[in-house]
Amino acid sequence: MTLPIPEVDRLQQRSDRAAPIAGRATLANTVAPLLTVEELRVEFPSRDVTLVAVDGVSFSITPGEVLGVVGESGAGKSVTGAAVIGLIDPPGRIAGGRIMLGDRRIDNLPPEAMRRVRGREIGAVFQDPLTSLNPLYTVGRQLIETITTHLDLSPRAAHKRALELLAEVGIPAPKRRIDQYPHQCSGGMRQRVVIALALAASPKLIIADEPTTALDVSIQAQIIMLLKRLCRDHGTAVMLITHDMGVIAETADRVAVMYAGRIVEIGPVSDVIHRPAHPYTRGLMGSIPSIAADRESLAQIDGTMPRLNAIPPGCAFHPRCPHVFDRCRRERPELMPVGPTFAACWLHVH
Amino acid sequence: MPTSAQPLVELENVARYFDVSPPWLNRILERQRRQVLKAVDGVSFSVAKGETLGLVGESGCGKSTVARLIVGLYRPTRGEIRFAGRRIDAAGPDPAVRRAMQMIFQDPYASLNPRWRVADIVAEPIRAHGLARSSRDINARVGSLLEQVGLASADGAKYPHQFSGGQRQRISIARALATQPAFLICDEPTSALDVSVQAQVLNLMRRLQRELGLSYLFISHNLAVVHHVADRVGVMYLGRIVELAPVNVLFTSPQHPYTRMLLAAVPDLTRTGMPRTAVAGEVPNPLDPPKGCAFHPRCPYADERCRREVPRLKHVAGDADVTVACHAVEEGRLAQEAFTAA
Repeated sequence: MTLPIPEVDRLQQRSDRAAPIAGRATLANTVAPLLTVEELRVEFPSRDVTLVAVDGVSFSITPGEVLGVVGESGAGKSVTGAAVIGLIDPPGRIAGGRIMLGDRRIDNLPPEAMRRVRGREIGAVFQDPLTSLNPLYTVGRQLIETITTHLDLSPRAAHKRALELLAEVGIPAPKRRIDQYPHQCSGGMRQRVVIALALAASPKLIIADEPTTALDVSIQAQIIMLLKRLCRDHGTAVMLITHDMGVIAETADRVAVMYAGRIVEIGPVSDVIHRPAHPYTRGLMGSIPSIAADRESLAQIDGTMPRLNAIPPGCAFHPRCPHVFDRCRRERPELMPVGPTFAACWLHVH
Repeated sequence: MPTSAQPLVELENVARYFDVSPPWLNRILERQRRQVLKAVDGVSFSVAKGETLGLVGESGCGKSTVARLIVGLYRPTRGEIRFAGRRIDAAGPDPAVRRAMQMIFQDPYASLNPRWRVADIVAEPIRAHGLARSSRDINARVGSLLEQVGLASADGAKYPHQFSGGQRQRISIARALATQPAFLICDEPTSALDVSVQAQVLNLMRRLQRELGLSYLFISHNLAVVHHVADRVGVMYLGRIVELAPVNVLFTSPQHPYTRMLLAAVPDLTRTGMPRTAVAGEVPNPLDPPKGCAFHPRCPYADERCRREVPRLKHVAGDADVTVACHAVEEGRLAQEAFTAA
């Protein structure tokens, strides 16, 4: 078996020592993880088939860490995020695995208990700030409602806290903004309000699903900086879901690359970007136009990601993989250590 | 790309204003005034044959309005648009110009009729312009067009919903090529696509340009994509071009403070863990643009003149290809090494 990349020798030497370990190997952190997802499986039953949107996904996030989750549309990254905050819409359901927040299992909580976890312990920021805010209520009323729902504060104290939050997320003149309606704010300001809402009860974890995708680049940069600063100042962990590898590169500490409902590679962000171990990650990196790179033809991965009702047997990437061999078509690879990262690819095993 | 004697497309001081006033009754009763949105306000550029001109800017800067002005979906409020030397802004639709100029839109889900078979979608321009008469000729042409964009000619029998986003964008390109145009206006052609699919479509567009000698006006908010495809790049801000330069010059030594700010703001793979410089402020409300240079409230170099006087696009000393609309650049107030840090 040969790899047409220079690191092949190093990779093979390491994989000699490394026996394939289940995805659980990624949980071997020295710090106690804040969020632990083990073998998560999310299904969407339809009339004739059951679609498996997330299939055996395991990862963990430590306090203060930003875990980036990237993948193309339909890879299962948003469904994974929705499962963590308990927002899988029926008939979709978590069909296997477990989700732990600290020592507490949260995937099987009754809806009312989960509602208290959401907002209090896990905050959420979604892509479109306009649909995340209620257009009929002022910014302040939405903030104060969230604060008093989760914290035992008097209305006056809640109002004060709302002003602090708006200042915290970098909104100029919070005293004026607090009485405005969402439509009076620009896109960047709205997303700041949404982040302020997510922070209202000082959660330990924020799930941010494409938080900058609807924004212009200059505003996007501001929001990225804001998220990073909040992480640093409060020790908040962030699960940052996005399709934009550039955002991940600048924001995340570790990154998980998803393909067809599974994590195909997970590791420290600079290793995954500069020394991708999985052929899909390598293709994905090559296909991103960069300002720094030369203007040669972009590396392209032919074909598209399979639909959920037609996921190929073995490794789901094998029909598009330039290095495919027999085992890939027969057997599904689990995450295995490759240097500092973990990749689900038979190339790294003899 | 070399600029030949006569540019293929030329815009001269083109502007388009929209009247967005409140209704007459509100104006009378609530004493509100007429409001005019200057979506495009004095834009001039040219595109040579075989060249790709990239147009970048944030939402609301007027880049899509420029595209619509060129194809004739809007009439300009003032200014001239010329195609191959002929004015096309004043006269009604000219079939010859329509044939030579086609558009590719952003959303491949909305720009294809879901009730039509792909073959009919691609054949429509051929039929509309009477480029082929017999159905055998049309079918042969449609088949070769589909193959040209990397689809099978048998795909013509399918409907758009049977294709992925990237394949649909290929169908849009095949439809645009059906009239054998010389000039394609691409308005965010890959913004709705995943990166790996975007790479496929960009590579296809480059190959077609090489093979057919096409000229592109490539509009995008994504600077990295524009860097990848364009020969020259125009940067727009609030309806005006603030900088127009060859792609290598623009990305290595940007002049206008806004261009510098945009480039510094792009998240890039090579910048893992690097601190980023703060980008202040937001695009102002286009209904109430700042006086003088529209960028002055966000500009670290703004002075009295910037607040008073609108800067005009001028050639930069020492480089005839680069034009910048900035008083600070013109007066040499702007340190050249300021950008190298970013």
